[in-house]
Amino acid sequence: MLFNSTKTFLTRRALGAAIKTPVVPAVARLPVAVKLSQVRYNSSGTKEYTVRDALNEALAEELEQNPKVFILGEEVAQYNGAYKVTKGLLDRFGEKRVIDTPITEHGFAGMAVGAALHGLQPVCEFMTWNFAMQAIDQIINSGAKTHYMSGGIQPCNVTFRGPNGFAAGVAAQHSQDYSAWYGSIPGLKVVSPWSAEDAKGLLKAAIRDPNPVIVLENELLYGQSFPMSEAAQKSDFVVPIGKAKIERAGTDVTIVSLSRCVGQSLVAADNLQSKYGVSAEVINLRSVKPLDVETIVESVKKTKNLVAVESGFPMFGVGSEILALAMEYMFDTLDTPAQRVTGAEVPTPYAQGLEALSFPDEHIIEKKVAQLLRV
Amino acid sequence: MRPVLRARIPLTLPASRRAFTPSTLRPGIRQPPDSDTVRFPGAVESKFTHELSFHRPQDVPAMPTYRFINAEGVVVDKKSKLDIGKEKALKMYKDMVTASVMDLIMYDSQRQGRISFYMVSAGEEGIAVGSAAALHDEDVIYSQYREQGALMYRGYTLDEFMSQLFANKKDYGKGRNMPVHYMSERLRLFPISSPLATQIPHAVGAAYALKLDNSPNIVMCYFGEGAASEGDFHAALNIAATRDCPVVFLCRNNGYAISTPTLEQYKGDGIASRGIGYGIETIRVDGNDIMAVYAATKAARETASKRQKPVLIEAMSYRVSHHSTSDDSFAYRAKVDVEEWKRRDNPITRFRKWLEANNWWSGDEETALRTQTRKDVLRAFTKAEKESKPAVREIFTDVFKHATPELQEQREELRRIIEAYPEEYDLGEYDGGKAGI
Repeated sequence: MLFNSTKTFLTRRALGAAIKTPVVPAVARLPVAVKLSQVRYNSSGTKEYTVRDALNEALAEELEQNPKVFILGEEVAQYNGAYKVTKGLLDRFGEKRVIDTPITEHGFAGMAVGAALHGLQPVCEFMTWNFAMQAIDQIINSGAKTHYMSGGIQPCNVTFRGPNGFAAGVAAQHSQDYSAWYGSIPGLKVVSPWSAEDAKGLLKAAIRDPNPVIVLENELLYGQSFPMSEAAQKSDFVVPIGKAKIERAGTDVTIVSLSRCVGQSLVAADNLQSKYGVSAEVINLRSVKPLDVETIVESVKKTKNLVAVESGFPMFGVGSEILALAMEYMFDTLDTPAQRVTGAEVPTPYAQGLEALSFPDEHIIEKKVAQLLRV
Repeated sequence: MRPVLRARIPLTLPASRRAFTPSTLRPGIRQPPDSDTVRFPGAVESKFTHELSFHRPQDVPAMPTYRFINAEGVVVDKKSKLDIGKEKALKMYKDMVTASVMDLIMYDSQRQGRISFYMVSAGEEGIAVGSAAALHDEDVIYSQYREQGALMYRGYTLDEFMSQLFANKKDYGKGRNMPVHYMSERLRLFPISSPLATQIPHAVGAAYALKLDNSPNIVMCYFGEGAASEGDFHAALNIAATRDCPVVFLCRNNGYAISTPTLEQYKGDGIASRGIGYGIETIRVDGNDIMAVYAATKAARETASKRQKPVLIEAMSYRVSHHSTSDDSFAYRAKVDVEEWKRRDNPITRFRKWLEANNWWSGDEETALRTQTRKDVLRAFTKAEKESKPAVREIFTDVFKHATPELQEQREELRRIIEAYPEEYDLGEYDGGKAGI
């Protein structure tokens, strides 16, 4: 649940602490984040969108605007996608542009790469990123490297997307976060949206980007609603890849997070404010690669404290990377050693209680920051 | 693992999730009560039987191997008429010879340490040249690594071969890949990829792109019988069949996957039997018969283009060469076997016999061709070996379409260092020297 880079024995202590706190099922926690985000945006013209609708709108707009875009994957057409992200697209764009494939990840990922090498802009859906390990050779050896190895002649404008990370009650083989895996590959861009605006803007940016882009969505966020600004509802809206967003400004500590953990970090930040008067700045990475190091460095210059929060496994993860960057670029500005809150070093348990203990939640984030600041 | 996921969906989604509209529904399949034929969704034309018996592969005769000319160069298919006139026939022949001469010289040059690696195609020139000769100029090629003859026929020049092999500044890949990983935008040849069989799904994707474009062109996809054990092969054939992609799969079955003989590679009737399994029209041809390869590819191309369907060709041959310069095949097969194959049947000599029988070729022409080809190859070889390496700036390009700020900074830093310490860096062999940063 909690990996401490300086004192590993803390893991057990933190686990003990977490067991004492009531275990709240992941799904039951969602309304908290929804409520929070509703407070955060209320300009005129704003509409509520689920992340699923935002992704669907992004796909529809890009299919509409660009005849080179097409969607392929398992169940994406007739069934409207396993998670309904592609709902209605077959009816609207026809069976040549929204295609169901046989169940063969390396096959259709390879087909997507081939179509991209040929000049199309395929959007390849994996039912979950957990299944995409079968296709990882096509994604990395072919998708990420062909542009370089062809001397720049062969661009590979492919977008791979699907739900990433743990969901609810789907056990070890369905519950992994691949941010660090794909984030380590030169030639790939990797984005990880949290809100509906992130989802729409980043997916559209991914499809338009000439490089292969990995879009790591989150199943638990699909049904969550967020306000979508008027600007974001327009069909020309994109979120630039490689730029983080400060979701909450603060002065005492920087919490760097991504995907669903952003919402949890915001709740933790509110609690830190009300309980301890701690003003936490929350950065939503939005992109894993390229990573917006500058925004983190600038924030830490102000707050002097850094905590990275992610739901991947602790070793060699996004948190590890941010802490390494802290050593390289923020050593002199930090008042305390940078910390990370990550998923536990364990194959994700199926048991609901253990599963909840395997990933960061609002309490753990709050506790870790409070410990760090000695409040 | 999938049933778990699917079973879970109804818990979080409304019951109306199967939002099929009438336009997307296919007609249902029903089983009439007195039918003698299966009408299940998964098998619609199978007869019921009351005999409990398994189908044994050994009871099915091996798929026949098509020949146009026999080992003596005599036409055995009297029915088919091939559009191979003298000019085309001589080009096919010369390209086979050029590929084999280039192979010998480059193999030796690797042994001398002048290039790092090479793969010859001895014994398989007929498959490469014969199939390429049946394609249209605008058709797309995804190849493996033993199809230099196909490239040659298509117009890849000796200079282009040598530039890639020596990784000089004219190499389209900017010296970033091992030798024999050719590519050509002009000839619609996609970059050769090292991991085995990845090109097969790519070819299907490219074919799908042609289909979306309503193009009459097709994709030709080459691979070996060893690569056909990879999952990518199976995935690609299944998708090509289900999506009706205009692609011709050409398997060079040369008997060995590095050291693994076909007897240990698979148990069934070669690769051809798998095409039938995937619902793909399939033919097996004698790969030493360039005319048979040409005829089969031409017909397959028609099917792919006109009927928008994939086709599989299995071309049988024998790899008389070692796998690559990193291999010594006499560690796992007898030299005498190889010598016998070389002597007994060879695509070049077989085609020459046919040319000579037509009075289109003579011994004098043969000698002249081989002398001239050797000269041409050596001239291109020397030129490419002396050519500058790619410019130093290429270290920083093409990882992404636009270089990242970090890479741009690193490039500036390199420029600064080289300018500050000019005596320490000799960039003479790189294109543009110091100015090439």
